[in-house]
Amino acid sequence: MVRALMKIVVIDLQPERARMISAALGDAGFPDVVALAETDNLLDRLAQIDPDAVLIDLEAPSRDMLEQMFELSRRIKRPVAMFVDESDSASIAAAVEAGVGAYVVNGLHRERIKPVLDLAISRFNAFSRLNTELETTRAALAERKLVDRAKGILMKMKGIDEEEAYKILRRTAMNQNRKIGDIARSVVTAAEILN
Amino acid sequence: MSTQVRIGFIPLVDCAPLVALHEIGFAREEGLEIALSRETSWSNVRDKLAVRLYDAAHLLAPMALATNLCLAGPRAEVVAPYVLNLNGDVICASARLLERMAADGFEGPEAMLEAIRRDALDRPVVIGVPFFFSTHHYLVRYWLASAGIDPDRQVRVEVIPPSLMADAVRSGVVDGFCVGEPWGSVAVDAGLASIVLPGRAVWAAAPEKVLGLRRDWVEERRDDLHRLLRALYRASMWVADPGNRTILSELLASDRYVDAPAEVIERALSGSLTLTPRGAQARVDRFMVFHAASATFPWRSQALWFHGQMARWGHLAASPGSTAIACRTFAPDLYREALAAVATDLPGANSKLEGALEAPTPAASLRGRLFLGPDRFCDGAVFDPDEVA
Repeated sequence: MVRALMKIVVIDLQPERARMISAALGDAGFPDVVALAETDNLLDRLAQIDPDAVLIDLEAPSRDMLEQMFELSRRIKRPVAMFVDESDSASIAAAVEAGVGAYVVNGLHRERIKPVLDLAISRFNAFSRLNTELETTRAALAERKLVDRAKGILMKMKGIDEEEAYKILRRTAMNQNRKIGDIARSVVTAAEILN
Repeated sequence: MSTQVRIGFIPLVDCAPLVALHEIGFAREEGLEIALSRETSWSNVRDKLAVRLYDAAHLLAPMALATNLCLAGPRAEVVAPYVLNLNGDVICASARLLERMAADGFEGPEAMLEAIRRDALDRPVVIGVPFFFSTHHYLVRYWLASAGIDPDRQVRVEVIPPSLMADAVRSGVVDGFCVGEPWGSVAVDAGLASIVLPGRAVWAAAPEKVLGLRRDWVEERRDDLHRLLRALYRASMWVADPGNRTILSELLASDRYVDAPAEVIERALSGSLTLTPRGAQARVDRFMVFHAASATFPWRSQALWFHGQMARWGHLAASPGSTAIACRTFAPDLYREALAAVATDLPGANSKLEGALEAPTPAASLRGRLFLGPDRFCDGAVFDPDEVA
């Protein structure tokens, strides 16, 4: 039997992640993927595309609108519902925890939707790990720049070398039980005001 | 060590009891630590409760029913042992729609109804509600039907998240809407819409949000449930005290909670509304009720009323089974169990006539000190739960 292609819509506020998921779905044998950002006529677009499955970022406020559409669809020929397989509540929990929701046309077999959902979950998790790491790196870099600026200010004002300037910042942070970045910010702010 | 209770909520004035529970320390007094999470959609709140990411949730009363009746979302059994508030919604019309009607001498609610009857925009008027299974949706349908309008044919209902309602008016997606405060007042202040009717004019005692919990959590953690409800009862009293309005509105205004100006939030708390962009004022008695008489008691008759409305509009195929599920969803037994020693009084019954009272009326109760508040419907109908149960 020839397996008909499953048409999948991905609704995601983050275009980067949407591309990542589309590509991964393509590799996994689901080439028919349309990524949609949120728009006012989302429901019209969906009606046009007529997908078999919809993956949605749970941070998207339009999720409640989709729920309405699916509620109304109960009365038409292709009712769509949230992916709910009672034998597999663990994967629903994993999806919600990862931040992705899946809606599928009634009658679609779980063997067909399960790989799609698993893939979406793993990509959502990977993306949030990536973002956390990126955020941590960004914060560390920003702090280092701030400390460098504060050191420069202290060196000029007090006529000391870099090592001495760093020691002052570190000692103050320890004495006040604050982060060295906070002390550096105070030095920079004070210098800006006093200049 | 205190026990943690994770609660999801939507930014609305009526999340106030949950915020007070945490911020004013009522939970701590009972040895509970509350972790509040702000959500972007009602579906998220429902799903995270169902899959155990939350222990409890700020839920629209009909959502609890829809979940148990397997109408939407993951399978889970939810119980509502506590009503967070009665009323607090506003029905608004866009400035555009009202302008069109003003030329013909109509204003206020009649202008909105007449615009719908006449297809004043040469197409069905579009009305926004925050969720399909919402108090708002059923109040709007009730109101329209009582004015002889068929809500399935003569208007189009669109779901719009509460905080995006003003934007939806601005971009012309909706011509009118019913939403929980402060989002109606925010649209008024932006000059986009006017409040034509407070929700309480449709039903004077509509249970708006409930505290929803999973049945298994309630069974396994009965003692925590009792502590949570006791703390919540005190939080509701604090929220309802007019002396606390200033502090409460400042707390809610924070971007962790409602993220709207404190002054706008205070309008809903006091019932002193600004109706139009030009500043017309109105004082609405019992606009949003957090704690009066039996306001927080989960009457089975309230659940049955919603069940009846869902069936009326074809959102549910009613059966003796669905009626039983609706009855089980609201849990007055748990309320009694937890609050017997704390509540000033408890009603003698679990169900009552809905819509029969014009004024506060004494009711049968444990200590004989209970008054029921006015609960009239806009069409004067009386709902008798015994006729369906």
